Amino acid sequence: MALLKYQNAGITGITAAVPANLIDNLSYTDHFENNVVKKIVEKIGIYKRRFVKDGTCSSDLCYAAAEALFQEMDLDRSKVDMVLFVSQTPDYRMPATSILLQHRLGLSRDVIAFDINLGCSAFVFALQTSFSYLQNTGINKVLILNGETRSKVYSPKDRKTAFIFGDAGAAILVEKDEKFGNSFFSLNSDGSKSSFIKMDGGGYRNPSTIEGLREKVVDEYGNIRNDEQGYMDGESVFSFFVNEIPIDIKRILKFSSMDIRSIDYFVFHQASKIVNDYLIRKLKLNSNKVPKSYPDYGNTSSVSVPLTMVTGLKDKLAKKKILLLSAFGVGFSWASAIIQTQDCFIGTVTEI
Amino acid sequence: MTIEQFSDLIYSLFEVTPSNEITPATDFKELDEWDSLLALEIIALIDEELDISLNGDDIRNVNTIEDLYLVVMKKKKGE
Repeated sequence: MALLKYQNAGITGITAAVPANLIDNLSYTDHFENNVVKKIVEKIGIYKRRFVKDGTCSSDLCYAAAEALFQEMDLDRSKVDMVLFVSQTPDYRMPATSILLQHRLGLSRDVIAFDINLGCSAFVFALQTSFSYLQNTGINKVLILNGETRSKVYSPKDRKTAFIFGDAGAAILVEKDEKFGNSFFSLNSDGSKSSFIKMDGGGYRNPSTIEGLREKVVDEYGNIRNDEQGYMDGESVFSFFVNEIPIDIKRILKFSSMDIRSIDYFVFHQASKIVNDYLIRKLKLNSNKVPKSYPDYGNTSSVSVPLTMVTGLKDKLAKKKILLLSAFGVGFSWASAIIQTQDCFIGTVTEI
Repeated sequence: MTIEQFSDLIYSLFEVTPSNEITPATDFKELDEWDSLLALEIIALIDEELDISLNGDDIRNVNTIEDLYLVVMKKKKGE
């Protein structure tokens, strides 16, 4: 059972970067009727999103966030020991984007760099990876660069996904320090649910073909996409979420021996209003303790947790705070964590 | 829970459909107001009100509210 406990590691600073290009969800597309769009937008509670321009990658968002982090924290970049790039929208199939960012950010050649390829759950897995590496002597500062350009992944003509996803990047500094005390992680994986969210074409199982890139009607609702655009079985995803996520949150609380009332903030993956409101009701949470970024940025996949910390917890993490993080998505992959923060620097949201 | 109560529970999710159009025999997926987001709301409602877990197939494989009621009752007994 992947229940893990660490000491003396924590997040010391976060910044975010988003595209300047603002999408008003109500007028995003005229492919669907206005009343249909209005109903979807109001139910999912996502009114605005940010989309990158052609040619801008997840790594560009992460680069901007990292430069802001170095500047705003007055951080000596040569002190970074490890860089993790966390994304499913990398620059290339090879090499790993983390290594490109090592060079672009002027980090040391001594740095450990590799990518973590997970979707919405990824930030919690990356945080656990950083905490684990920080147990080693010689590793004191880990830079997590978490970026997604999901606007490039989904079809604007598939109503199941057209209005949900947005682009964002974040830079997160994780450091070793005794002040952080204990932290706890629950990490989970179930590949039998791989068809819930998937992109069938363009990999090595089903390589790119002209036919695969042709748009087709895929269901009785008239939704249109090609094989290299992602799809989501929303009912199955939501059902899985209802069955598994509250249980995982209770599991991590039990493992940490903490009462849910002792948690200062709950930072959840920003799937949509339907999902997040369910969790607030189910766990009987005070919504003031549950910051949200989905109304203004949509579901930014794995970036949603750090982005929500930047937009929702600025000036709130100066004193010692206990945070519960929970995220789930494509794989299926889901994770929860309880971490402590103290003097955590929350920087700006840079627009590029 | 009687089928009438169950039907009323499902009706609570609909905003514009008149109440007389929602009966146990209603093919709810044929209603103008039906969309896949309502399926998510049904899954959440049945979990919160009846503590029963519906999955995507449970919704896909039924037509009427009565069909759905029978699925829920079967799961309730199977606990």
